[in-house]
Amino acid sequence: MRFSALSLLTNALTANARWPRQWRSPEPKSAYDAVIVGGGGHGLATAYYMAKEHRMTNIAVLEKGWLGGGNTGRNTTIIRSNYLYDESAAIYEHALKLWEGLSRELNYNVMYSPRGVMMLAHNTHDVQSFKRHIYANRLNGIDNEWLTPAQAKAFCPPLNIAKDIRYPVVGAALQRRGGVARHDAVAWGYARGADRLGVDIIQNCEVTGFRRDAAGAIAAVETTRGLISTRRIGVVAAGHTSVVMARAGLRMPLESFPLQALVSEPVKPIFPCVVMSNTIHAYISQSDKGELVIGAGTDQYVSYSQQGGIHVTAHTLDAICELVPEFRRMRMLRNWGGIVDTTYDRSPIIGRTPIPGLFVNCGWGTGGFKATPGSGHVFAWTIAKGEPHPIAAPFALDRFRTGRLIDEAAAAAVAH
Amino acid sequence: MLLITCPYCGPRPEIEFRCGGEAHIARPADAEALSDAAWADYLFYRTNPKGRHAERWIHQHGCQRWFNAVRDTASDAFVATYRMGEKRPPGTEGEP
Repeated sequence: MRFSALSLLTNALTANARWPRQWRSPEPKSAYDAVIVGGGGHGLATAYYMAKEHRMTNIAVLEKGWLGGGNTGRNTTIIRSNYLYDESAAIYEHALKLWEGLSRELNYNVMYSPRGVMMLAHNTHDVQSFKRHIYANRLNGIDNEWLTPAQAKAFCPPLNIAKDIRYPVVGAALQRRGGVARHDAVAWGYARGADRLGVDIIQNCEVTGFRRDAAGAIAAVETTRGLISTRRIGVVAAGHTSVVMARAGLRMPLESFPLQALVSEPVKPIFPCVVMSNTIHAYISQSDKGELVIGAGTDQYVSYSQQGGIHVTAHTLDAICELVPEFRRMRMLRNWGGIVDTTYDRSPIIGRTPIPGLFVNCGWGTGGFKATPGSGHVFAWTIAKGEPHPIAAPFALDRFRTGRLIDEAAAAAVAH
Repeated sequence: MLLITCPYCGPRPEIEFRCGGEAHIARPADAEALSDAAWADYLFYRTNPKGRHAERWIHQHGCQRWFNAVRDTASDAFVATYRMGEKRPPGTEGEP
């Protein structure tokens, strides 16, 4: 069923009691052409584009918990493409262009709102680093501009640009096409789209092992809901990638850390854009519900606990209170952690693994949400054709052996 | 915030410490003869387990000495801390 003005009106007249389920809940079949492990945004997007663009409709998405219950539902929904290197610019800009048409593509309102992402500079190093990013972005055709403190305040009136605070604002880099989207809707929209194309989405189904044929290639996947034969598997398990890959006997160049976020009580619209500060580590925006959505830092140790130290969030709130003094009296409602899989160079890993038929898409670290459509799009191509999409090729696992790292530590914006 | 027992100073709050990542990774003795894959494994590949994990910590704002710890990464509970050069205590392997 397509959403339209007519369908909204019809269902309104029947008190919204007759909306059909948006996707099926099928039993797993004994065999598929390909299996995606992980039902978050990236996994569901991968399945959607495999079905839509590569006509691979006999595929399944296996999710240990529920759709979008991991980092897809835990992030701060920031979308931008102002990364430094050409390889990163290509993939994040690819994603941003897909975001711009995503609601229409999926016939599902993902509430993409390009309200501008402003990154604050507090010292000479920040100024030099951000200007370098701005020039690099412009060479890649990506919008990014330098603002003086007064221009930054004009763009975001609640901002405190006093010169006597601990970390004064000395300028800002603004990507106007950046913004936010509704994270749950992204998972649900892709799930609905993939389901309509025939993809089986199987929740509460954990992968417990992999079976290989005599040549060492993938032959089947063992799950808590039975054995499924398949020749191609794409692992999109975010923070738990190392755990899943260990079941295939592979080590990964990843470490998993808790990254925290929190929201305040809802208030009327006050904060018009996304503001990020790498140096004092805070990022903030206001959701359409009115909550301030605040991103904090990662803990310093490997953990899968989906919670983090309170001193990490307290540190971020210190910074928020100084940057936006009127938020000092806001009450915080909820805080939580998501487990982010980080690589040494803060860039993702997309592509083949040493096991034939086993593909992996991971290492998005603290900034994977923004890449969701682009990540799924190039990973679908990679699995379908068995070779890396040109945009994904530089992000191959093999770069850690060749040394061709893509160091985005400065652009990743979360100190870790 | 975690309560961490420094083997030299006793229990102290987490903010006095810095974590130095996975422990017991020996630098290859003959780096010149190492293959690129083995060098990558030493530099970048990590066990990253969900469960008991041996890792290095430094009591940065205390005695400033490095030590090792075994911690459960699912619950963050410390199982043991021990001095540099000592072996991982028996009984701290595997699942809790």
